[in-house]
Parts: sequence; C-alpha cells; structure tokens
Amino acid sequence: MTPYGSFTFFFILAVLLAPTIILGLQGKRFQSYNLFVTVIALAVIFSSSLNQAIALCLFTIWQVVLIKSYLAYRKKANRDSIFYLAVILSILPLILSKVMPYFSTMNLIGFLGISYLTFKGTQLIMETRDGLIKSNLPLPRLLYFILFFPTISSGPIDRYRRFEKELALDISAEQYKLLLYEGLNKIFLGFLYKYIIGYSINHFFISQLRFISHSEFQNHLYYMYSYSLYLFFDFAGYSAFAIGVSYIMGVKSPENFNKPFLSRNIKDFWNRWHMSLSFWFRDYVYMRFIFWMTKKKWIKNRNLLSNLGYILLFLLMGVWHGLALQYIIYGAYHALLMVAYNSFERFNKKHKWWPQNKVTHIVAIIITFHVICFGFYIFSGQLFHKGV
Amino acid sequence: MDFKNEVISLLAEICQDDVVKENPDIDLFDAGLLDSFGTVELLVQVEERFGILVPITEFDRDVWNTPNNIAIQLADMK
Repeated sequence: MTPYGSFTFFFILAVLLAPTIILGLQGKRFQSYNLFVTVIALAVIFSSSLNQAIALCLFTIWQVVLIKSYLAYRKKANRDSIFYLAVILSILPLILSKVMPYFSTMNLIGFLGISYLTFKGTQLIMETRDGLIKSNLPLPRLLYFILFFPTISSGPIDRYRRFEKELALDISAEQYKLLLYEGLNKIFLGFLYKYIIGYSINHFFISQLRFISHSEFQNHLYYMYSYSLYLFFDFAGYSAFAIGVSYIMGVKSPENFNKPFLSRNIKDFWNRWHMSLSFWFRDYVYMRFIFWMTKKKWIKNRNLLSNLGYILLFLLMGVWHGLALQYIIYGAYHALLMVAYNSFERFNKKHKWWPQNKVTHIVAIIITFHVICFGFYIFSGQLFHKGV
Repeated sequence: MDFKNEVISLLAEICQDDVVKENPDIDLFDAGLLDSFGTVELLVQVEERFGILVPITEFDRDVWNTPNNIAIQLADMK
C-alpha cells in the first residue's frame, strides 16, 4: 500500500496511532509502543510485494552490519581507504537498483524508499568517521531510525543525532498536546496541498491541455508552469503528511519546503526546495569536497573550486533522481545556473550593479520563478517525448 | 589579543567585511556574509590557527550564526 495514498491508509494510521495519542496526552512514554506501530505499518506498506519486502530486509541488514563494523573499526583505526570503501558499500545497493533495470527485466534489489534510506546509512558512516558517533549504536534505535515509517517512502531525510536526541526527551502532557495539534495541522495542510490543489491542477488542467491549448508551443508552455505547481503541491503535501505523522509520534522530522517560489535567486531556491535533500548534499558532498580540496591545496582558485563543487553536487543529485536523460540534464542545468549565479554574485559584490531594494527584490523573484519552472520542465521529461 | 577577538578578526578576513567587528551579533547567513564555501574556509582556518577540529555537520547554522556565538562555540571546544 502506498503511504498516504488512500483513505484506507489514513484509517489504518488513525487506529494504530490512537494508543500513542492517548499515552501522549497523559504524559506517558510511548516510544516502545511506536516501535510496534512501525513494524505493523511497514508490513501494511510492503504487504503488496513480497519481492520489495525481502529487498527492504536485506538492505537493512546490509546497512546495519556495515555501520556496526565501521564503527568497531573506527574505534581502533582511521584509514582513508577503509572509509572510502565503507561509503561505496553503503551506496552500492542504490547503485545496483538504478543500474539493474537496464540489464534485466526483474529488479530484485530496488524497493520503495531505497533512494531515501541510503542517505541515512551513508550519513552514519560519515559521522562515525568525523568522530561524532562514538558510543555503540543500540540496535533497536538504529533500526527505528532507518525504518521510521512516516518518512520511509520519500523523506524528509532526518539526521541520526537529531533523531536520537528527540527520542531521549521526556514529553510532558502539555508539550504533547502542542505536538499533536501541530501534527494534525500539517496533515490537513497535506490534504489541501496534495488532494485538493495538486489534484485539481492535474485533473482539470494538465490532463485537459490538449483541449485548452491551441498550438504545440502553447501546450508545452502551459505544461511547464502547471507541472511545476503540481510538483510542488503534490510533494509538499506528501511531506506535510510525513512530518505531521512524525510529530504525532513525538519526532519533529525536518521541514522540506519553505515557500520555494518566493526565492530571490537560485542559491536561495536550494535553501527552500526539498531542503532535507539539498542540505544533505550540501553537508555531505559539497562542503566535504571543498574542505578536502582546500586542505590538500590542489585547487587554489576559490572561484573555480566552488564551481567544481556545485557541478559535482548537482550532477550527483541529477543521477540520484534516476539514470534517465532528463534527470542528468536537470542536474547539469542547475549546476550551470549555480556557476552562473556564483559569477554574477562575485561581479555584483565588486561593481554593485544590481541594487538591493523592493523593486529589484520582486523582479528577482519573478526571474527566478521562470528559471525554476524551466528546470522542472526538463525534469518532467516532456522535452524528450512527443506530445503531452 | 584575546581568543574572542582573534575569532572575530578571522571572520572579518573570511567575510571580507569589517561589519562583523562593528556588529558581532549580526546573523552571518541572513546577511549573506557567510555561505557554505565561507564556512569551509572558516573551519580550515580554525583548524590551522587554533588547532580546533570542527566536523562539518557539527557546524549547525542555527547555533553558529553570529560572530559572538561562533566564538563561544569555539571556546567551548578548545
């Protein structure tokens, strides 16, 4: 069953979470009960495909063994080669699941959420390397973090140390009341976004485009903007469900969107769109790459180094979405935008060519909006297919 | 020069702006003075000059947001 995909799913959630809510409102601890809820919810989500259920189990065992072994190793030694090997092994299942479909019709490795769960495994390896995770990771907590069901299919991508801190907190009845209220609010915002606005854009506009538009060009133009809006409301709606359910379970999962269509520039956009993903790439790819290069002093030119970092980040992000041409070009498009904006920002700092005031702020938002929509148009794949 | 002033003058170098000296409570990220790239330069310099190793994911922008706060965090890690 697809998470948040039907009323049945929400109904099952309501029944499963009723004891959590009752315990929470009495100020009692509910995390042990939540472990039970997670097991049942996972069984419900993966019940439709035995293949996927097995793949999920194998993936989880793989990650847990890898993380535990690396942690045990890291207490004794800290060789670069072992660290690189651990990172490669942690993303190996994801790579195989993306490449396999090109070689065989059966995909035995992939399952719903593999792209997102991989981020959790890899960050644990990296933070262990940094010495931020020293104590033994208790197995139930590690499993709960990896398999936390509200965010399993498409994020938001949480961080282990943050997640663990929240589990340790005692939540009073008063605090829980607030969490419950915020959680329910988010869930209803999700209904508005995904099932009212997103659904309407798709049902009344996108699927009617061939009657609405008068030419091929118009067709594609309308599609570009309506698809961008649809993508936002659909994904932000899903995220609101995932975050809302997390709150009810006493975990404040990170936010994923912050009014992305009001971004002033492309850099600002990536601080507002799919934030848990872009922050992951920022912290674990871009900044590490820059850090490494600066320390080794291989590239001294700051501008060039920063641009190489952006190219690496966005090409990786593109490939992560899938190996299809549209995702790779989407990544390259954003890499190019970041490089161009970076040069512009530098130029403007020196020459003060673009003043800061209310008018330029609004103009900047409008320009950025169109540039972003063109990116989603590439992402949609319409550019490479005929017709809508 | 005490530790706090050393940190603030390092920040002034990295941000290329003396406003961090005049207003050590300014939010460096909101003001556009520091970004991911600047943060990495800061962490590299902190390691070289003060011998303090700050892992990248330890640098939480909500806590390490102003020159004063960064100085406090670094003093704690000394």
